[in-house]
Amino acid sequence: MGLIGLAILTFFALMAIFGPYLVSISTLTVDGVTKVMHPPTEGFWLGTDDLGKDIFAGVIIGSRVSLLVGVAATAISMIIGTTIGIVSGFYGKATDALLMRFTDVFLVIPWLPLMLVMAALLGPSLGNIIFVIGITSWAGTARIIRSQTLSVKERPYVERARAIGSGDTHIMFYHILPNVFPLIFANTVLVAAVAILSETTLSFLGMGDPTQVTWGMMLHFAFAMGAVSFGAWWWLLPPGICVVLVVLSFTFIGYALDEVLNPKLRRRDQ
Amino acid sequence: MTGFAQTNNQNLLRVSNLEVHFAVRSGFFASLLTKEVALVRAVDGVDFTLGRGEILCLAGESGSGKTTTGKAILRLLEPTSGEVFYQDEDIRLFNRTRLRKFRQDAQIIFQDPYESLNPRQTVFATVAEPLEVNHICKSIKEKEERVEEALNDAGLSNPRELFMRYPHELSGGQRQRLAIASALVLKPNLIVADEPVSMLDLSIRAGILKLMVDLRDNKGISYLFITHDLSLAWLVSDRIAIMYLGKIIELGNADVVIKTPLHPYTKALVSVIPVPKRVSLLGKTLLKGETPDPVNIPPGCRFHPRCPEAKPFCREEEPVFREVASNRFGACHYI
Amino acid sequence: MTLLAVENLTTYYKLKEGYVRACENISLQLKQGEALGLVGESASGKTTAALSLVKLLPDNAHVMSGSIRINGKEIAGTTEEELRRIRWKEIAIIFQGAMNALNPVRRIGDQIVEALRIHEKITDKEACRRTAELFEKVEIDPDRVREYPHEFSGGMRQRAMIAMAIACNPKIVIGDEPTTALDVMVQAQVLQLLEQLRRERQMGMILITHDLSVVGETCDRVAVMYAGKIVETGPTEKVFDEPAHPYTRALIAAFPNIEGERYLASSIPGNPPNLLYPPSGCRFNERCLHAYARCREEEPLFTLLSSGHCASCHLLEGRVRI
Repeated sequence: MGLIGLAILTFFALMAIFGPYLVSISTLTVDGVTKVMHPPTEGFWLGTDDLGKDIFAGVIIGSRVSLLVGVAATAISMIIGTTIGIVSGFYGKATDALLMRFTDVFLVIPWLPLMLVMAALLGPSLGNIIFVIGITSWAGTARIIRSQTLSVKERPYVERARAIGSGDTHIMFYHILPNVFPLIFANTVLVAAVAILSETTLSFLGMGDPTQVTWGMMLHFAFAMGAVSFGAWWWLLPPGICVVLVVLSFTFIGYALDEVLNPKLRRRDQ
Repeated sequence: MTGFAQTNNQNLLRVSNLEVHFAVRSGFFASLLTKEVALVRAVDGVDFTLGRGEILCLAGESGSGKTTTGKAILRLLEPTSGEVFYQDEDIRLFNRTRLRKFRQDAQIIFQDPYESLNPRQTVFATVAEPLEVNHICKSIKEKEERVEEALNDAGLSNPRELFMRYPHELSGGQRQRLAIASALVLKPNLIVADEPVSMLDLSIRAGILKLMVDLRDNKGISYLFITHDLSLAWLVSDRIAIMYLGKIIELGNADVVIKTPLHPYTKALVSVIPVPKRVSLLGKTLLKGETPDPVNIPPGCRFHPRCPEAKPFCREEEPVFREVASNRFGACHYI
Repeated sequence: MTLLAVENLTTYYKLKEGYVRACENISLQLKQGEALGLVGESASGKTTAALSLVKLLPDNAHVMSGSIRINGKEIAGTTEEELRRIRWKEIAIIFQGAMNALNPVRRIGDQIVEALRIHEKITDKEACRRTAELFEKVEIDPDRVREYPHEFSGGMRQRAMIAMAIACNPKIVIGDEPTTALDVMVQAQVLQLLEQLRRERQMGMILITHDLSVVGETCDRVAVMYAGKIVETGPTEKVFDEPAHPYTRALIAAFPNIEGERYLASSIPGNPPNLLYPPSGCRFNERCLHAYARCREEEPLFTLLSSGHCASCHLLEGRVRI
């Protein structure tokens, strides 16, 4: 399962990195000549949208931004979540209580309304989208990492580290972090899936940056311009399928990592 | 057995009336209703000294407080009251810098060779970490030499070949030697060894114990050897302190305590030390019951409910830990 | 009266890399009322051998060959149905760390009642009565049947496990490290209890342990295992007083003797072999101080040293003095 996921993801990653060089931007300019809302034909493998722009090119170029947003937002989310999780778990007591209450706030507020409000307040730019997604998704990670930190903290080798004179920061970086790392990695993959889905959602709802081509924006325009009633499946399906596939690939990788990391799920062959 | 003679009488460690108490919730539902906390008196007034180059054993069953004592004298657990004098300085008064320096002098070896090493650290990193944390070496070359020296001292041959290995690639005995090497690299004067061989196979134990004794003979390292196994204590220690429910109830020369125990608890423990003979347990009088919870320490002499020689007075007053014969100490009204 | 006769029992574990030859050609006998100690260090195959008797092994374990006869009746090739009947009624096992194998959210008494009612068609009331009786037998206050595992101390939980094991009056009880993690005094109490029960009920007992002291205190006979094979077997006194196999001698030498001199024996150098690729010839040859060429080529056969005492070592043939 993990291999399938990895394969799909690699495909899209390559598409994102190299794709835009292979596709000519000209197909994305409105030139008044190209047929609008046209089903797939030669030259326009996935047809055109309401302004005559090539959907195939759109999907490829959109992949870059969609994935970029996903990765960047995930990075922000993981850094915040991991730091708070480890510090909270390690110090315990008052620090822990304070940080966890703070985390609970973000955990409890429904993410979609929060994202919409923040997006509306901050304005539709790519940077803001990344920021918003990052800010709303770190809470779950923090809880998981804190929990793992609590257990790692009790291991004898951490006590040994104290016995040789290590300071707190050293212990957190050198002993705790590497031992929660597998969990971080597995969690990152799933957060990335959510991030990409969030970007798609925000863009679809119109909160996205209209100057950028992303899968979410394509879906947004498709719906806004009546692709459904027109029956323009070539406009609706490709971006949607791409999002689904990418999210699926992350999920598959997540499951595979979980099996690797959680010995109880592994088949018994010792 | 006695390679290293004590060249001076100055004690390395002097512990006086050490107490370590923990407050715990008195049960799940009870704690929801009341603010009551129960007090676990893990270490409840312990006095002993440790000389240079001496191996002192803290022996006892679970709940005796031996491990807690060992950690308290290193301040890995904070003592609740009492004094711990290291080279005549009270360690409870140490500030951060002084404490750090103390940690270089006083090290610990844990029971579990599988859990006491970070699985993601190579052999080299494990032994080098104490040097790095204390900013000891100036160059990589110096670091490598000290690590190699420590691994050699711990009896691991071809140390350089082991540098890049990980703990899971080593056997139980090798891992424990690795743990010892990482303690030795700081050139300590004192090592607290908490059940260092109880999780190792029988055929490996002797090697580790011999290593510890050799290090004492050659480098003058003092040991606080914590164990529940009295026969090991007898083999390896100079003096034994038997602990029960947080107090030392007998202390003296190892051979003397084992061959002629004075305190009833010591007598009972000695009576169940196994020997390599077919000896049936049927017909032996064993102590009844188990060591009570340190939350509920019996009044008077804490051993009286299980003591085969208990008299009425034992229930009323707690015996004082005092010298009962030359260099022998005990806490019992009738010895 | 031979209660249990095991002949040439061989069990392998299947791994990706090949077969781990966990125990090979194990043969032992147990008489009624007798206690046999199965001694070995980690990875000696002792637990595998014992679990093979009742086929309570992981999925990738295969009993390759061997005959297992209880009271003359062969059980090696029987069906799972039949085995289920045999387990607990004829052979009971006290697993390693059993005291932690109790379900923490159910009362201890209920768990024993459950075990009883699975194997015997008795009423709930009768099962409760027998449970209370069992508690008395293992020296726990019968009023405590209604308590939960966390209310019992480690020693008491082990006794409860013993009660569960003898509940259906098995003919054979296998105890896998029955005293690990118990205090020394409690260990002695539990071992004393086991011996008492064994004599009263004339049960056969196999005690698996790495601790020679347990063997000395409870077992009439002992079988020493190394790297999946039995290397020496005989009456306990004989093996302790006149150990023949070099491995046994090293183990006995490492046993601190407070009635003797205070000295530290040396460790056996090296480590137990990897049973995926066991060494050729005698499996102990890599660590044996007395090994010579033949030891690396040929596996030694058992030499009978005296009544009931035999060991497998080339040096013993013709009783060459070591």
